[in-house]
Amino acid sequence: MKKTPLYETHTALGGKIINFGGWALPVQYSSILKEHHAVRNAAGLFDVSHMGEILIEGKDAQEYLQHMITNDISKMSQGRAVYSPMCYRNGGTVDDLLIYKLEENKYLLVVNASNTEKDYEWLMENCTSDDLLIKDVSSDYGLIAIQGPASQKILQKLTSTPLDEIRFFRFADNVEVGGVKAIVSRTGYTGEDGFELYVPSYQTVNLWDRIMEAGAGEGLVPAGLGARDTLRFEVALPLYGQELSPNISPLEAGLGRFVKLNKQDFIGKDALLRQAEEGLKRKLAGFEMVDKGMPRTGYKVLADEKEIGFVTSGGLAPTLKKNLGLALVNVQHSNLGDEFYVQVRGKSLKAKVVSTPFYAK
Amino acid sequence: MKVLEDLKYAKGHEWVRVEGNKAYIGITDFAQDELGDIVYIELPEAGIHVDVDDIIGSIESVKAAADVYAPVSGEIIEVNEELENSPELVNEDPYDAWIVVIDMADSGELDNLMDAEEYEKFCEEEA
Repeated sequence: MKKTPLYETHTALGGKIINFGGWALPVQYSSILKEHHAVRNAAGLFDVSHMGEILIEGKDAQEYLQHMITNDISKMSQGRAVYSPMCYRNGGTVDDLLIYKLEENKYLLVVNASNTEKDYEWLMENCTSDDLLIKDVSSDYGLIAIQGPASQKILQKLTSTPLDEIRFFRFADNVEVGGVKAIVSRTGYTGEDGFELYVPSYQTVNLWDRIMEAGAGEGLVPAGLGARDTLRFEVALPLYGQELSPNISPLEAGLGRFVKLNKQDFIGKDALLRQAEEGLKRKLAGFEMVDKGMPRTGYKVLADEKEIGFVTSGGLAPTLKKNLGLALVNVQHSNLGDEFYVQVRGKSLKAKVVSTPFYAK
Repeated sequence: MKVLEDLKYAKGHEWVRVEGNKAYIGITDFAQDELGDIVYIELPEAGIHVDVDDIIGSIESVKAAADVYAPVSGEIIEVNEELENSPELVNEDPYDAWIVVIDMADSGELDNLMDAEEYEKFCEEEA
C-alpha cells in the first residue's frame, strides 16, 4: 500500500489503518461518530494527501481545459477554485475535480486519488497542443484539510494572513502557516466552513503537528475517512465511484449546474445535450427509510416489484439521526414524496424520496 | 482486544456464556472493534427454534453490516430489547451486552466452539 507523509503520525495517534484504493489511511482514530460530531461542532483535521494533483501550464491551458471539463472557466480569475466534472464522449464521468487558477494559463487540478493515473492519461490523450505542460505533481504535495466551524479561529493562530479575506471557493498562494508556505483554499468536503492546505510533501507532518497544537483546547480532533464519508453524505456531495462513474453522467447525478451546455464544444457535450433535450431516464434521488433498516451502496431499489435503480450511498446520517440514502432511480420515481422499496439483506423495506442536501447549516 | 476466560467462542466472533441450560450469546470485543460504531441491531423474535449457523440477527455499524449466527441450536427464549434503542452498548461493553438467550437443545455442541486461548489465536490469524 502507498503511504502518505502522515502515515507514522496516524499510527501514533491510534488510527485504524485501512486500504483505501491502494492507500494506507486511517478510517477512524477514536470513533467515526465522535469525529463526525467534532467536525459539525468544532473542527476536525484530515489527511487528504492521497488526492492527485495535476499541473496544466502553457499558453493554451485555458482553451484546453475548457474542452476537457463541463464547467466554464473562461471568466475565472486567479485565486479562484472551480468544481467540475470531466466527461467521456458518451457523457459518462471520467472524474470530478477542483481546478485552481494559479496564474494566467497555469492551473492545478485536484483529482480523486484512485483516478489520478486514469485522469492523467485521459488529459494527455486529448491534448493536441505542442505548447502545454501536463504534469502529475501528486507526490510533490501533502494535503491537509481542517473542517468545521472552529477552523478559521484555529488556523488564524498560525498565520498573519487575514483568513477572513479568503472567501468560499477562493484560495491564496504562498501563505505562511506555522512556518510552512502553503496554498490555503477555503474549500472542503464536509458541508462545513474550513480550509484545505497544499504544502510541499516533506512539510506535511510539520504543518499537521502545528495545527494540532493550535487546535488543542478548541475541540480539534484528527478525523478519518469514515467521518469524511458520513459528513459528505449528509450534505449529498458526490463520491466518485458511487454517485459518479463512467456509467453515470453528471446530469443524472444532479450536477447540472456544473455542466455548461451553452459554452463552446467540450468532450461529452453532444451526449449531455441529448440527455438534456430528451429528458433524463434516471436521476439521483435522496431518500429516507420509512421502515427500519440500513440502506447500503449497491442495494437494489424496487417499485411495483420491478427493479428501478440502486443505492449509490446510504447509511445513518449521524447529525440527523436518520437512515438515509442516495439512489440512482428511474426518473418517474425520483419526485419528492415518491415511495419505493430498498432491498436490504433479503427484505424489501419502504423508503420515500426527500430533498437534498439532507443537512444544511 | 479483550477475551474472557470463562466464555466459549464461535468463528463468527460470537461469544457464549453458559448458565445451566441457557446460552447467552453476544459478539466479541474483536468484532465490535472491527465494526466500529454500532448504530442498529436487528433482533430475532423470542420463541423461534434455531440451528447452528442460522442467522439470529444483524448488526449495522456506520460503515458495515454483519450477521450474527447461532453458535448452538435450541429455542431463543429471550432477546435483549434494550439494544434496540441503545445499540452502542455492544461497543461499550461487548461481554455484558448479550443479544439473545438460547435454551440449548444439545449442550454437546459447546465442544465444537473455541476456548479463550484458541479464539485469541483465531483472531490473530484473521487480523
